Amino acid sequence: MLNALVLLPLIGALCAWIIPDNRLRPLVLPVVATVHIILTALLLGNAPPPSPGGWIWLDPLGKIVLLCISLLFAVCAFYAVGYLSYRQERSNRVLCMGLLVCLSAMGTVTITQHLGLLWVALETTTVSMAPLIYFNHNARSIEATWKYLLLCSVGIGLALLGLLFLAYSTYVAHHDATLLLAPLMSSARDLNPAWLHAATIFLLVGYGTKMGLAPLHAWKPDAYGEAPGLVGALLAGGLVNCAFLAILRVYQICLASGTEILFFKQALLGMGLVSMAFAAVFMARQADFKRMLAYSSVEHVGILAIGLGLGKGALYGALFHLLNNGLTKGVLFLSSGNIHRSYSNKTTDVVKGALTRLPWSGGLFLAGFIAITGSPPFSPFISEYTIVSSAFIDGHYWVGGLFLFFLVVVFIGMALTVLPMVMGAPPTDIAPSDYEDRLLTVGPPLFMMMIILVLGVWPPEFLVTLLIDGAAMLGVQP
Amino acid sequence: MNAFADQLLVLVMLINLVMLGTSRLIFSIRAVAVQGVIIGILPGLIHPFSGHLAAITVVMILAKGVIIPYLISDAVRKAQIRREVEPFIGYVPTLLLGAVFTAFSFVFAEKLPLAPEHQDLLFVPASIATLLTGFLILTTRRKAISQVIGYLVMENGIFVFGLLLTEAMPVMVEAGALLDLLVGIFVMGIVINHISREFSSIDTSRLRALKEE
Repeated sequence: MLNALVLLPLIGALCAWIIPDNRLRPLVLPVVATVHIILTALLLGNAPPPSPGGWIWLDPLGKIVLLCISLLFAVCAFYAVGYLSYRQERSNRVLCMGLLVCLSAMGTVTITQHLGLLWVALETTTVSMAPLIYFNHNARSIEATWKYLLLCSVGIGLALLGLLFLAYSTYVAHHDATLLLAPLMSSARDLNPAWLHAATIFLLVGYGTKMGLAPLHAWKPDAYGEAPGLVGALLAGGLVNCAFLAILRVYQICLASGTEILFFKQALLGMGLVSMAFAAVFMARQADFKRMLAYSSVEHVGILAIGLGLGKGALYGALFHLLNNGLTKGVLFLSSGNIHRSYSNKTTDVVKGALTRLPWSGGLFLAGFIAITGSPPFSPFISEYTIVSSAFIDGHYWVGGLFLFFLVVVFIGMALTVLPMVMGAPPTDIAPSDYEDRLLTVGPPLFMMMIILVLGVWPPEFLVTLLIDGAAMLGVQP
Repeated sequence: MNAFADQLLVLVMLINLVMLGTSRLIFSIRAVAVQGVIIGILPGLIHPFSGHLAAITVVMILAKGVIIPYLISDAVRKAQIRREVEPFIGYVPTLLLGAVFTAFSFVFAEKLPLAPEHQDLLFVPASIATLLTGFLILTTRRKAISQVIGYLVMENGIFVFGLLLTEAMPVMVEAGALLDLLVGIFVMGIVINHISREFSSIDTSRLRALKEE
């Protein structure tokens, strides 16, 4: 069943390649996504035991990320059918294939216990997303694609060196190099500290670049700003979470080593706070609303890093936030894609009164903004509250204080862009567009918004158990 | 055999410096190819012979010595450029920086103890020096192709270190890493073609529409 998770999207990609018709081709996406989400549901309920070699095992951490990716992809897949019907002038073959290959690679990331295989899958996600950022084929999007491809490739290259260092440290310790998680963790105490330290630094920088932690986030605003809305949603909710899972694996090894974890936590806290600070500064008066969402993503990977850096109770919050951030970013990117389509513009100079012109998309964008800034009753409020309260309980007053301060600044900065966009009267002098809110472009994000609301009000029991199991793997006593 | 391996590693570091000093793109591409071939030969010198090892050697030489250089020179031909013009930092200063980085990598390597059978080999300093050279090319040159070359040099640096582990690494992971690299370069080649069509040049300093005001 785990193989199906990887192979099914690849078969879908093959179908997308073969189908000649531009209208029929996007239909492959929802078909694959539906089967994928059924598979995910079955696997969450009853995951197979680790494979004999120990390479493949869907552990609770992998399950949380898989759940997020599968949900997000399903929503994006249905949305894509509606979205691409407006873009018939362009061939969508590469887009459909890229999305499916990326889904397969993301699935591999979640089920593997071998850090080398994880690296290969993560690099595949980077390469398969590059042509999708270039979907609009103009000067701005080629610039964004170039920056994304080069920076992420370099970052992930550094992570490879970190992995090799890690493998070599096991070779020095007991002449049997391995990159499997279980043996790495059991022998972590015997590893040479110098090698382990070097490995940790390279891995953090490498995967941090891919995740977009400041100050390694330079590619993010451009790529998110120029990519179509649904690609942005998958970048912000899918790829970010895959990179975060890679960092969680490093965290597990550092935790098992006993000594390296102190440094790793400090580094994560530092990078997390810097990310939030960067986001707070650049979010203010950001005229381009897609770039604003990119900075919001920088802020939220910062929150994830802080949750991980604080440890203890905050780990539950961080894992929950991974899910919440992914889904909420999905709502925001998809609805902003609709608004972009309707106004043919993505700056707040032109886009005004979205609630009047596009009641559904504008409303969803507003609701997404309220959710992502951490207002009740939506689920990001719960996860952010868990992290910040854990900071104060454990006596990290500075971290908790700064966290709250940045949240407030980000809220104000984001409100200054979002409120004028959705409120007021739409400008009268812009050309009418062929875009109007339809079931397929509004239904999927609306469905996701409902999930966020339900998770905030009444998180289902299986999810809570899953999150507790996940936090236990990161060293929290259940 | 170890002495010969060390000589080859010194050659790798010298090629780094050659690459920092030249403005001719075709020459840089050939230098990277030579570096790739050396990296392909090296594992045979430090590990006992096996089928796995022979396969790695062949694939590495094919990928890094033939296919990737071909892909990049193809992009150069299509974009019709020969030279890197006006790098952000001149050739002499980057050469000096490269020398400093090489010295630094020897200091850094002192801190990381190798396993007894790899003692006295120059793998760690050669790897770090090549990695840093790649960075230097990547950050100081303007042309998109030079940046791809910089990325390749960086990857070469990583592979130099990986050679210590060729015996221990599963084939699947090695193959996956190489394949990803190949596809990555291929996609970069396509992007370069689009850049040259869109901007009538592949000068990345013209890529500046996306900025914070």
